[in-house]
Amino acid sequence: MRVSFTEWTKSGSPWVWLNAGAVAICMIMVIGLLSLIAVRGLGHFWPADLVQAKYTENGNTMVMAGEIVEQEMVPAAQLRDAGVNVPAGMDFMQRDLVKVGNRDVGGSDFIWVLDAFMSERNQPDMMFAAERREWGNFYGYLRGLKENGKLVASYKGYQKTDEYMALWNNFQARIERTLDIHDQISDIEKGTIGAINYKLERLRLKQRSLELKGVTDQSRYAEIDDRRVELNAEYQALQQTLLDLYEGFNRDTLVAETAAGQTIEISLGKVVRAFLPNNMSLGDKVGHYVSKIWEFMSDEPREANTEGGIFPAIFGTVMMVMLMSVMVTPFGVVAAVYLREYAKQGFVTRLIRIAVNNLAGVPSIVYGVFGLGFFVYFLGGNIDDLFFPEAKPAPTFGTPGLMWASLTLALLTVPVVIVATEEGLSRIPRSVREGSLALGATKFETLWKVVLPMASPAMMTGVILAIARAAGEVAPLMLVGVVKLAPSLPLDLNYPFLHLDQKFMHLGFHIYDVGFQSPNVEAARPLVYATALLLVAVIALLNLSAIAIRNHLREKYKALEM
Amino acid sequence: MSIDNSSHIQDLDFNTPAQQRLRKIRKAKDQFARGGIAVGGISVIVAILLIFFYLLYEVAPLFESAKIERWQQDGQEVQSYALPGGGKTLYMTMEEQAEIGLRVNDQGELFFFNTRNGEMLLQQKHPLTDSTTVTSFTLASEESRTFVLGLSNGQALVMKHDYKATYPDGKRVITPEVVYPLGETPIDLSDGPIELLALNGEEGEWRMVGGTEANLSVADLSLEENLITGEVEASTDIQALPKLNLAANKLLLMPDRRWLLIGGADGKVGVVDLQAANGPQTTQVIDATAGQITDFTLLLGGNSLLVSDTKGEVSQWFLVRDENAAWVLTKIRSFDGNNTAINDLTIEHRRKGFATVDSQGTLRLFNTTAHRTALEETVAQGNVDGIALSPRANALLVENRGQLTLWAVHNEHPEISWDALWAEVWYEGYEEPDYVWQSSASNNDFEPKYSLMPLAFGTLKAAFYAMLMATPLAICGAIYTAYFMAPALRRKVKPIIELMEALPTVILGFLAGLWLAPFMELHMAGIFVVMFTIPLGILLFAFTWTQMPNRIRFLLPDGWDAAILVPVVICATLFGLWIAPGIESLLFGGDMRLWITNDLGIAYDQRNALVVGIAMGFAVIPTIFSITEDAIFAVPKSLSYGSLALGATPWQTLVRVVMPTASPGIFSAVMIGMGRAVGETMIVLMATGNTPIMDINIFEGMRTLAANIAVEMPESEVGSTHFRILFLAAFVLFLFTFMVNTIAEVIRQHLRNKYGSL
Repeated sequence: MRVSFTEWTKSGSPWVWLNAGAVAICMIMVIGLLSLIAVRGLGHFWPADLVQAKYTENGNTMVMAGEIVEQEMVPAAQLRDAGVNVPAGMDFMQRDLVKVGNRDVGGSDFIWVLDAFMSERNQPDMMFAAERREWGNFYGYLRGLKENGKLVASYKGYQKTDEYMALWNNFQARIERTLDIHDQISDIEKGTIGAINYKLERLRLKQRSLELKGVTDQSRYAEIDDRRVELNAEYQALQQTLLDLYEGFNRDTLVAETAAGQTIEISLGKVVRAFLPNNMSLGDKVGHYVSKIWEFMSDEPREANTEGGIFPAIFGTVMMVMLMSVMVTPFGVVAAVYLREYAKQGFVTRLIRIAVNNLAGVPSIVYGVFGLGFFVYFLGGNIDDLFFPEAKPAPTFGTPGLMWASLTLALLTVPVVIVATEEGLSRIPRSVREGSLALGATKFETLWKVVLPMASPAMMTGVILAIARAAGEVAPLMLVGVVKLAPSLPLDLNYPFLHLDQKFMHLGFHIYDVGFQSPNVEAARPLVYATALLLVAVIALLNLSAIAIRNHLREKYKALEM
Repeated sequence: MSIDNSSHIQDLDFNTPAQQRLRKIRKAKDQFARGGIAVGGISVIVAILLIFFYLLYEVAPLFESAKIERWQQDGQEVQSYALPGGGKTLYMTMEEQAEIGLRVNDQGELFFFNTRNGEMLLQQKHPLTDSTTVTSFTLASEESRTFVLGLSNGQALVMKHDYKATYPDGKRVITPEVVYPLGETPIDLSDGPIELLALNGEEGEWRMVGGTEANLSVADLSLEENLITGEVEASTDIQALPKLNLAANKLLLMPDRRWLLIGGADGKVGVVDLQAANGPQTTQVIDATAGQITDFTLLLGGNSLLVSDTKGEVSQWFLVRDENAAWVLTKIRSFDGNNTAINDLTIEHRRKGFATVDSQGTLRLFNTTAHRTALEETVAQGNVDGIALSPRANALLVENRGQLTLWAVHNEHPEISWDALWAEVWYEGYEEPDYVWQSSASNNDFEPKYSLMPLAFGTLKAAFYAMLMATPLAICGAIYTAYFMAPALRRKVKPIIELMEALPTVILGFLAGLWLAPFMELHMAGIFVVMFTIPLGILLFAFTWTQMPNRIRFLLPDGWDAAILVPVVICATLFGLWIAPGIESLLFGGDMRLWITNDLGIAYDQRNALVVGIAMGFAVIPTIFSITEDAIFAVPKSLSYGSLALGATPWQTLVRVVMPTASPGIFSAVMIGMGRAVGETMIVLMATGNTPIMDINIFEGMRTLAANIAVEMPESEVGSTHFRILFLAAFVLFLFTFMVNTIAEVIRQHLRNKYGSL
């Protein structure tokens, strides 16, 4: 259909199209952001191919090997300014970020190189990657294995041969063995010795408490001393076991050659995993990928949080959110029921309703400040004075911790629950209530048996939204209890099992901390994306379920209103 | 047929004892629940309101004025006591705990006494030869506790009062002592009596200026510890100063040992540069006051000069570099004292404050930074001879007619005033008054700069750029979604927008800081080109689409335009990024980023307001979108049908009928979005450099109130001024957002009531 341009503009349809474009842009932004996080977050675990190449820049040549992590185009003018000898006639050059690993050898594990300056590129089959407990990844060729300093196996070439594979399998077996010992060691150190230390600390507090109370009965002190001697003896015994284990742990060493030809030795105790990325079949890669994701979800962080897993952060987040919902649900519901069912509907109630509504819009950092001042310093300080004088001057509850964090977030999210529950209550038709009352039920019975069950999906929606908000909130937590690395989980086997006074790790704060406070941002970045993906997935799931419940609810009451 | 009324069914008896009991229980339960729910509900609401009052409670002490009262000891008021030791007081001070006082008299005697009752603890006099008398006294600085006595034989003796705390039986006992940092032998400074004297320095390096008005000399003293014997050896280097052309009463040496300040007769102040190129030289003689100078002291840190006079005025001066890069002693501000001559002035040891007492016995406490009179109170009848403040500024000794009185001073936050928070302040070392936020530094004599202006400015700047990005997108999107979009598509779009609202801001902030900021630095031109290509692309596509034969156009159902635009927008973006390098080399010489810095001269930070604008815009879009969408959707359909029936196009109907009706709702949406942008913490924290600067430049960062709290709160000392100011910042945020939201909410409710009936 032919429409003249003036006619088209006059009708206003360009504006309509522009408005449609705004919606399209918003959609693209959301989807794009989610896919960016997803791609970067999930891509990290896939074993990337190792590239070896000769790199020549300004006359210096070196052999390097590693994973190409990122590629970008840079204006040649910028490079010329920086003193790089760029061939004439080029406007742009491709620049690659290569993860060369071997931080203990080369100093930094990421370097930027110009793609055009690389030559003799190949993907050596026998180059292996080792994830280590310190110094980041190692890339190189396996040259031999040592046991107690004596060479037990070695190999020289660069080709894939049976001999090399035999050495490789020997290497893998030894890694298995060392990892096994590592597990035993960490069991003892974290578990048993941790428990002993915890008991010793409790004994110290008990003694101090007796002293403070002015108890002079020496038998009670003696009791404590006996127990302490017992624990110390246990500790000594464990120490011996540990020594033996460590000896076995440090037994094996691997000899490897880097791409540049340098030979180094690495204790197997430092190796978490070793693999041949260029020699893996698709099945191997998938297996590797799954095991890496599992490690990410279930392990503790290594190397200043830049490697390993985020289990403590997941655990801390879940713990905090659970405590928060335990607190927020009853209070939010009671407040909503009071406002809707019991309070006299008038100006004051309206005012309160507006106030509660608006509190949801108060910046979260304000809640953090309130939590720090009121809960931590005021309430916590008084609790310490009253109940934990023996621990002073070290604060017990007078310092940011799990309980105060949950309480602060409960306060932050209680308006969400109140608003959602109230909305649910207001949707219940009057006739239902009247029916119940007409049958002789009291107001409370009506509420308990009729109204609340009908409003329960609304409450659920409120609680889910509250949880989603709490899980993603970081700013207030920074003030009231989150730390970058908590030594232990807030829930363990030591009495009283749930340690409300402990500081904890949190997914959101982990993202902030690793992404911005980490010494090695480049290495940490993929992990931050993965963490972000996890957080987004959890929150999206919670929100979508809340939306689903709400829609279901609306359908249900549509039928009732008929 | 008749109905048999004589029923065989037994009448139900509702009044059996069991039923009665049950009813009672049910009633009790009902009452109990009513009470419980009321208590619970009210307490939750009270708890929420507590936030407001608690913040206020923490902030309130900032604005309390100072108080003084007589010192209380064991519930008893401490009485005045006779001046310990005889003679005229040259100097009086107290130690850290304000338990022990020190008085130096004009015979060179030192008296350490208990400040509570005047009991003498230690009395010390340096053995001087019979004929020598003390002719002058000067203090290096309060915090160094070092002072000098100038003697009639041309010698000077440097002393320091020191205290040791021991804890026998768990009780604190403080023992005073006198040490001689430059040795017990007086230093030969001049031939004649030392009438004028000044000293400054630290550890091993000291400089002393002394002598008579006509004959001043400078002595540089350096101490070296002999590594083998551990003995301290002092070496002295004495030079004569040229004669002053000013009748001098008092000298002061600034801590850099370069500037000598002279307090002269008739309110004149002279400045001597001891390190001028051609030897010491008087650079300035100023009429500092109209009256006579009564006290002449350096403020904490030694950078500011305080001059008090017989007219009751105290003025603060410091060296400011003028346009010729020469240092000029400049009057910064003055403090009024009711036209009564000031008898004594003493500075605080830890803060930029001081106390004065006038000839009518009125004590005043001032703070220089805040330009604030914290207290004005009469402490004695008539003339007061001298006052001394304890290092913690919590105790004050007043000497009056041979009697000493100890007062307790409650002056927690003198450095705060309305001007200090919101107006330009001339800080020490600055060339002009400025708004600065700098809350802490490593040294003790630092002048804290608590101007909230840069933070408030940064907050509004971030919010402004975020709104600039979010408002058009959100409102246009909402208009389309509510008014033109097909319901099936709308059901898919709304959850996505809700999901967008739920995205944790820490994720947006991290992407903005780690992905968007570097991306934008690299594709600066691309971003701006895309801003044009997207709307152009959309319009171009739309017009082409209109020209299509109906057969093709009708393939797309009504209200699905947005869906078909998704690939168009993506293509336009990619196209924009693709042509950007060409445009960049054409217009900006190959690199727009360099062009901005070099040719435009605009500072460029990688994490700047543009990044924050986009990231925070993303966070604000869903808030505005949802509320706007609701407002437009709530406009009764009958209104638009009427308009359409009269022949208006859909766009005309929207603009003339629907939008005016929904405009209060849209306004409240923008307000709520604004509230969210103002309080957002994580995005700003991660996507800017957090530098508290005041500059509207889109390529520079900022620090917002919220981010500032997040950065500084964990390190701030509980109960300190800094701590309370952070609470004040939180309170300001709270009030702002609460008010904005309330207005928006009231408007929305009004709107709902108005159209609810239609």
